[in-house]
Amino acid sequence: MIGLGDLGVVRSVAPAADGVLEVEITPTFLGCPALPAIVSAVRDVLAGSGHPDGRVRQVLSPPWTTDRVTEAGREKLAAHGIAPPPPASPGGPVPVVLAAVPCPHCGSRATRPHSPFGPARCQSVLRCTACHELFPYLSAL
Amino acid sequence: MTTSTDQAPADEAARADAHLAVHLLRLGDDALVLGQRLCRWITRAPTIEEDMALSNIALDLIGHARTLLALSGEADGTGRTEDEFAFTRSDREFTNALLTELPCGDFAVTVARQLVYAHYAVLYYEALADRADLRLAAFGERAAKEVAFHRTHADNWALRLGLGTPESARRMQRGLEQVWPYAAELFDEDEVTRHVVAAGTAPSPAPLHPVWQRRVGEVVTRAGLTVPTPRWRAGGGRAGLHTEEFGPLIADMQSVHRQFPGGRW
Repeated sequence: MIGLGDLGVVRSVAPAADGVLEVEITPTFLGCPALPAIVSAVRDVLAGSGHPDGRVRQVLSPPWTTDRVTEAGREKLAAHGIAPPPPASPGGPVPVVLAAVPCPHCGSRATRPHSPFGPARCQSVLRCTACHELFPYLSAL
Repeated sequence: MTTSTDQAPADEAARADAHLAVHLLRLGDDALVLGQRLCRWITRAPTIEEDMALSNIALDLIGHARTLLALSGEADGTGRTEDEFAFTRSDREFTNALLTELPCGDFAVTVARQLVYAHYAVLYYEALADRADLRLAAFGERAAKEVAFHRTHADNWALRLGLGTPESARRMQRGLEQVWPYAAELFDEDEVTRHVVAAGTAPSPAPLHPVWQRRVGEVVTRAGLTVPTPRWRAGGGRAGLHTEEFGPLIADMQSVHRQFPGGRW
């Protein structure tokens, strides 16, 4: 549904100093349980595109934030029922859940936080008071 | 003793790294042991949302431990992985603060411990982001954001329980009384800390203690509760001296590795 590039997890793809192709990734959360699967998926792509010795390197700085999700990525998330984070905001304090996250099902803005911790570490759960659906939200960070 | 001029700086660097390795091990063990402890709540939390909250917090903490322990293995030159640290050490080799290994108790005790630890972790990881060596600072910058979620979670529950029913307030106060003597150890400074501060590789937690006291004090007061004034304080975790309940905790954590050493799935 959404690629690692659109999610902002892949930071760069370039040859390292020794000439080996290197993919830099930044985990969303440090304890993200999908990380080993992400690394092995990237290795598969590297091998499949003629770089079997390609490397995956984890880079922590600057840290991943929801600002790294691309516009196309936001649309893909919404299309799959996951409310995307609000547009990138330079600086300033970031609220844990913004007041008006539109419901990905009916579009209503009458939604309220339900649980700050959701089905995946990068998601929280909101409830739509119009269509009464619970939906995941890629928490602004 | 060496007198060679080019040998001396190398020795000094190795010593600095050895101190950093111990310091990282302490931080990593705090996160690992608390993460393992919190897993006790999975399928036992008061609500499904709380089940997810505590398991997500545990997941974050174990993620922090993985990074910190791996960095420790690099710093001490052994190249040990996070799994080797977690699964192949004996209890005396763990250097977590005793706070993190205390049994979960009732929900209020767990909230009280989260309050103590999350407020400390936000302060310390922010300090890392500010004043640690490059990779550790990158970790601190990211981890500070994650533990800020844990702090909000703990603050909200402390307020809700403190301002809830007489029974919830009584239990929350009792939870605070139980964990408070264990808080000071998080801020202890010793020779290892002084060395990493002198080498500029990591900051000391000691100067953060007054800020921590003010911040948790505000939450406790807002919750209508009393900040405990314990007459004793715990210590010894950094030297590998643990409480009685620690043995079963790591036995549980290491059981799969002991049955299938080096197993891969």
